[in-house]
Amino acid sequence: MAYDREAPQLPTARGPLSAAVGAHLRGSGPLPGPEAVTGAPAYGDDLQLALYQCYELHYRGFAGVRPALEWDPALLGFRAALEERFLAALRAGTAVHESVEDAVGALLVEPVDGAGVSHFLRDEGELWQLREYAAQRSLYHLKEADPHAWVLPRLWGRAKAAMAAVEFDEYGGGRADRVHARLFADLMTDLGLDTAYGRHLDAASAECLATVNMMSLFGLHRALRGALVGHFAAVEITSSPGSRRLAQAMRRTAAGPAAEHFYDEHVEADAVHEQIVRHEVIDGLLEQEPHLAADVVFGIDATGHLEDRFGDRLLADWRAGRSSLRRPLPEPSREASGISDI
Amino acid sequence: MQRRGPLLVEGPVEVELEDGTTVYSDRFRVALCTCRRSRRYPWCDTSHRARSNGPSDDPPRTDG
Repeated sequence: MAYDREAPQLPTARGPLSAAVGAHLRGSGPLPGPEAVTGAPAYGDDLQLALYQCYELHYRGFAGVRPALEWDPALLGFRAALEERFLAALRAGTAVHESVEDAVGALLVEPVDGAGVSHFLRDEGELWQLREYAAQRSLYHLKEADPHAWVLPRLWGRAKAAMAAVEFDEYGGGRADRVHARLFADLMTDLGLDTAYGRHLDAASAECLATVNMMSLFGLHRALRGALVGHFAAVEITSSPGSRRLAQAMRRTAAGPAAEHFYDEHVEADAVHEQIVRHEVIDGLLEQEPHLAADVVFGIDATGHLEDRFGDRLLADWRAGRSSLRRPLPEPSREASGISDI
Repeated sequence: MQRRGPLLVEGPVEVELEDGTTVYSDRFRVALCTCRRSRRYPWCDTSHRARSNGPSDDPPRTDG
């Protein structure tokens, strides 16, 4: 299956806000005023999809949508109303640590009896659950590291140099076949999933969309550069042990060599990235801009907050024996290596 | 070197193991395990981290 570079289709609307953004992108309808956003649940499907559509214009856009709409003033104005509501909910809902040291320290302790999604998948995850997990995570992993690249022009000195070095590693160290987004597409092929960019947007839960929207929100706003750095640190610090559990899940279910490799690579790469992000990116940023410490903490803890919501939703669905997706995945293709024995 | 954690060295590196075999990494920076607990020795896999007994969810967990 080829790594598809085509722009994805616009998603199916999930309510009036996402419908209005979709119509505007198709060129067939005015946007409502910002008051339309007032009563909408900040983490709900409709607002999250509306925001996701706005942000996607900055990545690959959508088929049939004019690229120039990326900077359409009316759309940017509406996006600002959506962002304001999302950010207010994030600030209100995130329990923040006292200091960067406390927030980072909390991430550096591994619970012996963890009960998160990666523990579940390692211990009892079935192939259909791994496929659902990969389909939802593909919204980020097929553009892995892209939301974080926005921060580079907003950093200086050793924070910039270190951030660029980690991003270079994420982008395969100059080799196209090692770009992490490419490695994830290979994982998806092992799992018999369509690797086309954006193909699983309609299937993804609001909780999943929120995790990706947060990255775009922090990445696209220079004012939130501290939060972006904190978010990135949280991802890199927690990735290595989580990836080990997911690699074990892939091995136990015989998902395939590329599926194992994606997570094995992250065990090793992110053990390095953790050190560089903690000691060079965060420390370098705060040396120059100490007033951003509270934003770094917010970025770390908001990441935990949204990841917990996504994990809770996945586990609640799976423990109840139901799919976590809004629409079923097509049956895996026969040639996918991990599922040939089904 | 940090009190707890890997030794960071500039890549690429070639490491000779005790059994005489060599392993190679061309990552721009390489984290070498110093606690001997890594399951990907000689590369760090964060096994040096402290562990807690309290019930807890995963910490944030996407992959970077």
